[in-house]
Amino acid sequence: MSPLLPLIEIKDLCKQFPGTLALNHFNLTLQNGEIVGLLGPNGAGKTTAMHTLLGILTPTSGEVSVLGMSPFKERHVIAQNINFSSAYVQLPTNLTVMENLKTFARLYAVPNAKNKISDLLELFEISYLTKRLTGALSSGEKTRLNLCKCLLNDPQLLLLDEPTASLDPEIADTVRKILKKFNQEKNIGILYTSHNMPEIEQLCDRIVFIHQGRVLAEGTPKEVIQKFSTQNLEQVFIKIVRGEYQ
Amino acid sequence: MKQSWSHIFAMFMRYSYLHKRSIPRAFEIAFWPVMELLVWGFVSLYIQQVAHGALSKIIVFLINAMIFWDILYRSQQAIALSFVQDVWTQNIINILVTPLRIWEWIVAAFIYGFVKILIILIILSVLALGLYNFNLIETQGLYLIPMSLNLLLFGGSVGLITSSLILRWGLAAEALIWGVPFLLQPISAVFYPLSILPPWLQVIAMGLPSTYIFEGMRTIVKEGSLSLDYLLLPFFLNIFYFIVSALIFLWMYRQAQIHGRLSKLGMD
Repeated sequence: MSPLLPLIEIKDLCKQFPGTLALNHFNLTLQNGEIVGLLGPNGAGKTTAMHTLLGILTPTSGEVSVLGMSPFKERHVIAQNINFSSAYVQLPTNLTVMENLKTFARLYAVPNAKNKISDLLELFEISYLTKRLTGALSSGEKTRLNLCKCLLNDPQLLLLDEPTASLDPEIADTVRKILKKFNQEKNIGILYTSHNMPEIEQLCDRIVFIHQGRVLAEGTPKEVIQKFSTQNLEQVFIKIVRGEYQ
Repeated sequence: MKQSWSHIFAMFMRYSYLHKRSIPRAFEIAFWPVMELLVWGFVSLYIQQVAHGALSKIIVFLINAMIFWDILYRSQQAIALSFVQDVWTQNIINILVTPLRIWEWIVAAFIYGFVKILIILIILSVLALGLYNFNLIETQGLYLIPMSLNLLLFGGSVGLITSSLILRWGLAAEALIWGVPFLLQPISAVFYPLSILPPWLQVIAMGLPSTYIFEGMRTIVKEGSLSLDYLLLPFFLNIFYFIVSALIFLWMYRQAQIHGRLSKLGMD
């Protein structure tokens, strides 16, 4: 893939479900090494957009390109180079931490998987959990395990759907630092959704505000805050959801 | 190709891990087949005693039928349960966003089913020999291999259809995993000859590969040999059913992609 091509390019994307227009001429680009926050209230279309990028949801109309390819025609090539984690998707609870990571290392054909797994477990400070059943982990441990799974294949692009939703502030901070480190050192692009506005302000280079499937605001966190004449992103969020904007 | 094998191995191991630690899961492989063997075996012995030797071959027919039926049933279960396993654990999206291809997933489930059935066959053969002096290998000879493979393939196709129904209706269709094979049991002439069925049902039965295998099994017991038709016809039918069931699965998958059902699987 050419380094000049955006990692994600969505043009005029629409997704119609019976009775709901989940995405309404939605546009989004994400460049190499960029962290973009996709924000919006529940049901705004964030997950729909992510699932479309992952190739598990077919759009009604519009163009979608991930790493310069179509997620519907070249999903397997794309899948090898991206990864995904969501607070709402679990790893099998009846397998141990090590069994889960080994399974995904094989699915991503990770070379030298044993070392890679051990490095990631250490990085997320969960090395002591290898033999524990995933179902017996706390939600914070599960989230960190999910993120280990996410980084197994050295992805160029990460799609993270509320990854810190169930973490305590200290662990959430560690996770953000690790993600930022990977982003800077390995130039990974990250599409990030969260309802934690201070987290978005801290982590994201750019944000895209989405409401009822449409982009309402876009820019750096600072630009968006200025545009809505508020003090912070949380106030922007409330203004948008309550319709208190021009 | 190397990558495909890595994917298939990953999924095979993912299913196998479940049996490694858990004694109930390890038992689950053979528990029901062994119970069925005990019941059918003793029923056959009783019938033999009551009939005073007039039905000397009843035990051979019934135990053969029971073991063969189990191959078909467990094969269907292996495919459908492998798929639903990831739906139950809400892991399906994690799997679908990896480079795993659908056909690799199917192959992994088939291999997993094959290994499970091999273990069941060994256990049942040894038990039947010890309890009823019934030797499966001696009774069916080398025919056992193509007949078992035919049943395995047909069970796999039925498993794919069952999985397609789960793709369409989610866990609401879960009960079908256990129920669907029993729709085939009366028509496949498992425990009785095809001629017992009414003529119109015989026509339907002849469209199922399983019918030829069960008829063939009884022919071998009676005559000691088997026309090649009993193996080739079900094989060609199996190819047809496998293609049809794979196409149905793929179509349901595409529909689930369009209607956003993949992300909701397991949430119902």
